[in-house]
Amino acid sequence: MTTFNLVESKLTPDTAVYDQVLPAGEGWLHPIRAGQTFRILDLEGNQAVDTLFYSADDFTERYSATETLKQDALYLTAGSRLVSSRGREMLTITADTCGRHDTLGGACSAESNTVRYALDKRPMHSCRDTFLKCLWQYEGGHARERRAVGAFTKRDITANINFFMNVPVTPEGGLEFADGVSAPGKYVEMRAAMDVLCLISNCPQLNNPCNAYNPTPVRLLIWD
Amino acid sequence: MTQSVHPVPPDTFLWEEMLPGGCHWSGLMRRGTALRIADTGGRANLSALFVRADEKLERYNMPDTLKAQHTAMLTRGHALYSDMGRVMCSITADTRGWHDTIGGVSTDAGILARHGAAPYQTHRNTMHRSAEDGLLIELGKYGLGVRDLMANVNFFSKVTVAGDGTLHYVPDHGAANDWLDLRFDMDVIAVFSAAPHALDTRADYAPGDVVLTAWHSGPADAADACRNACPENQRGFYRTDLLYR
Ligand SMILES: [Zn+2]
Repeated sequence: MTTFNLVESKLTPDTAVYDQVLPAGEGWLHPIRAGQTFRILDLEGNQAVDTLFYSADDFTERYSATETLKQDALYLTAGSRLVSSRGREMLTITADTCGRHDTLGGACSAESNTVRYALDKRPMHSCRDTFLKCLWQYEGGHARERRAVGAFTKRDITANINFFMNVPVTPEGGLEFADGVSAPGKYVEMRAAMDVLCLISNCPQLNNPCNAYNPTPVRLLIWD
Repeated sequence: MTQSVHPVPPDTFLWEEMLPGGCHWSGLMRRGTALRIADTGGRANLSALFVRADEKLERYNMPDTLKAQHTAMLTRGHALYSDMGRVMCSITADTRGWHDTIGGVSTDAGILARHGAAPYQTHRNTMHRSAEDGLLIELGKYGLGVRDLMANVNFFSKVTVAGDGTLHYVPDHGAANDWLDLRFDMDVIAVFSAAPHALDTRADYAPGDVVLTAWHSGPADAADACRNACPENQRGFYRTDLLYR
């Protein structure tokens, strides 16, 4: 039996400077300033929140799954540093009431759905489609962020974090998508060490039993 | 150069090249050709990326490779997937039994911290090189750069995950003359660095040599073991074959 190191936050929603519900299947691209704290709240449980981070100053510096794994363990939780492709800390997880988040499983796509589930699944909505749509829709933030976003393409979509997903690896090298360890009201919270752009696809996956075939909304909050 | 390590049938032989430890290499590998990749000394690490030759936005995708086959490591029978649901290459033979997919690349800063400085001025071609440096240099030859440095494969290296999630590099994983056959299922630019693994804890900078032997394997047929390893691979190979109809 694995025990998780659960850490609760002292922050309350009434002091948040940003508070928004993101329905399943929607994308979100938003700046988080250095020193701000960002919370993702799993409203109904076992939702996968596919997340990428980019430096707001230079979008070629981005969250790196392998650089993050080098310095922490396989699963992300309170205390984990989210490390950039240049080996720098982008954010640190400061509170976590779920206990385990995945950085190996990546995002679903129309093409990988045809491989994983069936050839006729291609028309289904996917996280990579959401990521791509976000990149051309984004209009918020500062001018430097808009410039960065205008330059984003599929080239910039790399291995992402799946908050609230449980993807255990066995000592023999096996990998499975296990039942979720999240539940309604669980959250993960992280403090930004640099100005970042956060790109989220609130996963629309309908083929994987780990979300009971029911993608659900999440709540996103930011504190100064 | 005539073939010297783990020879392939002479009528299929194309070329052979030694990649010295620490150095980097890239080349176009066409569908239906294969590389026999040998770790002659037993402590090589070959960090590798794969890019579709005629559409460089399509490239090796670690998560899709792992998810499709329910594995965190690679060995014989496994396919290496692109981000477009196609098989770029596949492992048709393997004497080592475990190739790392999650350890990432060694960096200049990491190599400097572990082994100290050894620049070209004093060390000539035995200078210390990192896998990240080697891969970026080779990517640059095709107009690619840091945005294309994805999670890579580390052939010959083993990183295990304990029950509590901690990663463990296995330093004595190799034996001299271990080899694998990597068959190319698409026209792919293969990008290699033979610099040390990022998590290699051994004190000396002594990356092993790798010998690449290229040969005509032919594309995967209907009875191919990688194609039929799981229903996911059958669909992945089918989607790949569509490109070449
Ligand atoms: Zn998804």
